[in-house]
Amino acid sequence: MLSLAEWSAIRLTAELAGLTTVLLLIVGTPMAWWLARTRSPAKPVWAALVAMPLVLPPTVIGFYLLLLMGPQGPVGQITQSLGLGRLPFTFAGLVVASVIYSLPFVVQPLQQAFEAVPERTIEAAATLRASPWDRFFSVAVPLARPGFVTASVLGFAHTVGEFGVVLMIGGNIPDKTRVLSVAIYDHVEATEFAQAHRLAAGMVVFALVVLVALYVANRPRREVRPA
Amino acid sequence: MIEARLVLPRRGFALDVSLSLPERGVTALFGPSGCGKTTVLRALAGLERAAGRVVLGGEVWQDDAASRFVPTHERSIGYVIQEAALFPHLDVRRNLAYGLKRIAAAERRIALDQVVDLLGIGHLLERRPETLSGGERQRVAIARALATSPRLLLMDEPLAALDAQRKAEVLPYLDRLHEELGIPVVYVTHSIDEVARLADHLVLMDAGRVLADGPLAGMLARLDLPVAFGDDAGVVLDGVVGDRDERWQLARLDVDGEACRLWARDQGLPVGRRVRLRVLARDVSLTRTPQTGTSIGNQLRGSIEAIADDEHPALALVRVRVGSAAVVARLTRRSAHALELAVGMPVWAQVKTVALME
Repeated sequence: MLSLAEWSAIRLTAELAGLTTVLLLIVGTPMAWWLARTRSPAKPVWAALVAMPLVLPPTVIGFYLLLLMGPQGPVGQITQSLGLGRLPFTFAGLVVASVIYSLPFVVQPLQQAFEAVPERTIEAAATLRASPWDRFFSVAVPLARPGFVTASVLGFAHTVGEFGVVLMIGGNIPDKTRVLSVAIYDHVEATEFAQAHRLAAGMVVFALVVLVALYVANRPRREVRPA
Repeated sequence: MIEARLVLPRRGFALDVSLSLPERGVTALFGPSGCGKTTVLRALAGLERAAGRVVLGGEVWQDDAASRFVPTHERSIGYVIQEAALFPHLDVRRNLAYGLKRIAAAERRIALDQVVDLLGIGHLLERRPETLSGGERQRVAIARALATSPRLLLMDEPLAALDAQRKAEVLPYLDRLHEELGIPVVYVTHSIDEVARLADHLVLMDAGRVLADGPLAGMLARLDLPVAFGDDAGVVLDGVVGDRDERWQLARLDVDGEACRLWARDQGLPVGRRVRLRVLARDVSLTRTPQTGTSIGNQLRGSIEAIADDEHPALALVRVRVGSAAVVARLTRRSAHALELAVGMPVWAQVKTVALME
């Protein structure tokens, strides 16, 4: 039913979204924790920087990333001097771009979840001999669990759905950078509406299933109170 | 000894205290809201960074002069707050185990079974915190703190969030804690009832400073402090149950042999049991001769030790020495004048109400 090229696009999309989500959880967790707990006057500036991808057109992000990672860009110079070559129009470049593009979708739910962890509960752990790392992993992370679920799902789903940044940074190279959203665009361009439908409808179903699963997972537990 | 010298400038008030507290029994930090008592407690725990020095029995927890600050998780403390702050993702058993498994085996002087038993929470171990009542939650929080065998137990208004019934449910456990474990307790409260019942030592605070401190009985008998206690000014007396009158359901409480004994409602305590009594100043009246034809059964013979003005200009406070004990009476200045009361004068103190506290 699906062509080899289409399966390749689906696999590539899943890999990109999976890798991006993992990287974002690693990078985003300390950022979210800092934003949730800091009393620094610089907090609004950092919060705004994290939120930028929400409001900027993807093409703007893609354009500047292209300049940054290009042969003359500072990031490009570093990657070339490290022998990594250039990032634009490679899978690695797509991952870097996706991490930046999906950053707020991971950091913000985590930040909200960490903010909901009461300070006094963290302090209680400190008075029970838990070191700062210990408190983080034994109290903050379990209590922020719904935030981690939301962050993972939104980070993954948003990366699957990106288009503008992919086109700017990755282009449209089969097996390397042609992800689902680009493949659908190609089909539409070529007026292959049947093929476009198959992929597009698949995306709709995917999005719906993922969101329903998310809401089920984060359903508030029914509290049992003594009579 | 627990020694603390703490200075913390804050908007609205500045904390500046020097404390030297006994390393046994219950020390109450008492004062109005916002007087800095919670800040002192948090600084002892290392949760708040005040400038100064904190030493517990030779162990230096903070010494700014030597740039030493032991973080909270390395201080051997138990800390209990008003909201209990149980871990909502763990059941009661795991809440109790949380601190226990983080201390070295050599430090475990109190067995978990003993703590569970002491606080009567054996039937709650499988429950989750959100299913517990306020009183149960507070007992679990206290047990969780004790399970780490702390050298010092810090309690910040542990009963303030509970209604009278729940308070009455938790208080006996605090008494037992006091009797059975030799852990010094620093107890923050704005309830003079809790002070009178639980404390051995009292630190009176106001506006970031220590007004006075000392052993409880002596502090409550001072005439220069009752303003802080308001309408509930009064003394506590430590005594034993000396006799029980079954016919009238009364118990005789001997504070100082025959020199100071009082009758109160018998609450079923056996003869010989140590008890604490509370006698409020407003429940004590003075006469120059023993009275007959009065409904008040408790008349103590003593002599006037001090007279002072009370907060309201119509009232005076009189301390009467009765054997080794002292009671304080609150009278109008007109009465004091009419009776020509003077220091050294023998008087009879009529005590209308005696509250038996344990």
